[in-house]
Amino acid sequence: MAAVTAHQTTQKTLGTANAAGGPGSTAAAGETDAAAAGHLAAFDAAVAADERIEPRDWMPDAYRATLIRQMAQHAHSEIIGMQPEANWITRAPSLRRKAILMAKVQDEAGHGLYLYSAAETLGTSREELLDKLHAGRQRYSSIFNYPTLTWADVGAIGWLVDGAAITNQVPLCRCSYGPYARAMVRICKEESFHQRQGYELLLALSRGTEAQHAMAQDAVNRWWWPSLMMFGPPDDASSHSEQSMAWKIKRHSNDELRRRFVDICVPQAEALGLDLPDPDIRWNEELGSHDFGAIDWSEFQEVLKGNGPCNEQRITQRRRAHEEGAWVREAAAAYATKHAPAQTSPRTPASASASASASASASASAQNSASAQHVEETA
Amino acid sequence: MSAALALGDDALVLSHRLGEWAGHAPVLEEEVALANIALDLLGQARVLLSLAGDEDELAYLREERAFRNLQLVEQPNGDFAHTIARQLYFSVYQHLLYGRLAAGDGEFAGLAAKAVKEVAYHRDHAEQWVLRLGDGTEESHRRMQSGLDALWRFTGEMFQPVEGLDSPESGVDRQALESGWLAAVTDVVERATLTLPTGPRSGGWAAGAGRQGLHTEPFGRMIAEMQHLHRSHPGASW
Repeated sequence: MAAVTAHQTTQKTLGTANAAGGPGSTAAAGETDAAAAGHLAAFDAAVAADERIEPRDWMPDAYRATLIRQMAQHAHSEIIGMQPEANWITRAPSLRRKAILMAKVQDEAGHGLYLYSAAETLGTSREELLDKLHAGRQRYSSIFNYPTLTWADVGAIGWLVDGAAITNQVPLCRCSYGPYARAMVRICKEESFHQRQGYELLLALSRGTEAQHAMAQDAVNRWWWPSLMMFGPPDDASSHSEQSMAWKIKRHSNDELRRRFVDICVPQAEALGLDLPDPDIRWNEELGSHDFGAIDWSEFQEVLKGNGPCNEQRITQRRRAHEEGAWVREAAAAYATKHAPAQTSPRTPASASASASASASASASAQNSASAQHVEETA
Repeated sequence: MSAALALGDDALVLSHRLGEWAGHAPVLEEEVALANIALDLLGQARVLLSLAGDEDELAYLREERAFRNLQLVEQPNGDFAHTIARQLYFSVYQHLLYGRLAAGDGEFAGLAAKAVKEVAYHRDHAEQWVLRLGDGTEESHRRMQSGLDALWRFTGEMFQPVEGLDSPESGVDRQALESGWLAAVTDVVERATLTLPTGPRSGGWAAGAGRQGLHTEPFGRMIAEMQHLHRSHPGASW
């Protein structure tokens, strides 16, 4: 699951700009004002012409910082987002559902990997970004601060949360930064598969026993409003989106995407036989779109501040997994150093374990992983 | 169909244990790898259990005493080294067993031919980690040795005959399997600068018990968690 919110793209902390200092940074010593102006003109022209900015291209520091922040938050959302769903792996009620859920949670880990790697092209490192997450200096999507209380929540997350994420993310496939845009193409394919799996899970419950139907309705009631909040604050309260729009990192406003999402969900809820918990939803002939009720932004702000039901639990589990895994990463690094072939630099723990994992990855994706199937299905 | 149950339950139970790692792995690559191995095993379990009956009825509605898996695979995850020790012992065994089944012309030959490719990767994954942890830092060496030692007593059961599996046409020769396993495990352990455990591997409570439906206490809690939702809605479809 991936849920970068529009709100996250607009946060003000620009602190990583110079620390990032990649190959295209303006920090290059001795650059003249004229050369800098030339770089900026070339950058602006490339963005205006819808060309991709690539890692070695010159880019403004603030553009780099905005991207690092957004991609890091997106990556963090993927790995924190594993928790609420992994909560149900050991209790999945059929072996088929268990396989689907495990494959989905695994996909999220994979998305985290692509996104951290894409962020690394901007001159940061996964380690640095994880440290910031663990220290509370970077965010993840607030939606994951809600608990998965029943099996139906797995379906509601797929249908609504992944659905909202896709609505947000499809435009990111055209993001001006090349590595991010390309990562998003693959991620969106997988997310759309997750969304359909969630829908299908809810459909089975809705058409099942009375207790199953009630479980599905309860989950939709709890996840609907938080899903709408994933698009970020209303446009009139989101003054920081403007720069991201100009840079073509972001392409549609929060309210525009939110409305698009509601329009998609209303007929789907009808087909599911489930109600959306908003008595004010009605068709607006003039707009050719649905109107809907007022969102309780005070709840959003509280969760954002850390007062959601699971903020503490999520970050504590993440830190614990990281701390408890430290000796494993250290061992991999020590082994790699001892066994590094002469004249090559020692591998990092991440690359050492990546080579170990690659073999296992190849195995399952060749056979029963839903990841392998859905890429084909949506290609 | 006790052989299908024995092999199917091994895969089902180990897959479940590996699934418990989701969100807790030491590095992101291992989130992907452990989930992949769990998915491979779950896929094998579904095919095998379907040979013996309805996969969900067998997984969710049997009592603890009716499961035929090895006690080794039901052991709790422990730390990462403990999980890797379990992976090494089981995946070397499974790789050798499935290799033999694939070469024979028994009823599992087709399934084994497909699964052996997956299991080869599981074995490689386990071996690479045993090497890294054994020959990594002092702490990882100590933890890896401790994992190998703790699970050693559960390894004898793998070489007890299984009804319906050890027929002449199946290609399984338990003695050859055991000597092959011992040679392979010894090789990895020594290359990892570790010591092969010396305690008893068979006899007493441990030997053959899981195959007879005698499990260890943590297994009861594991299947209670696995089965509770399914059992809470009798007759429901999911």
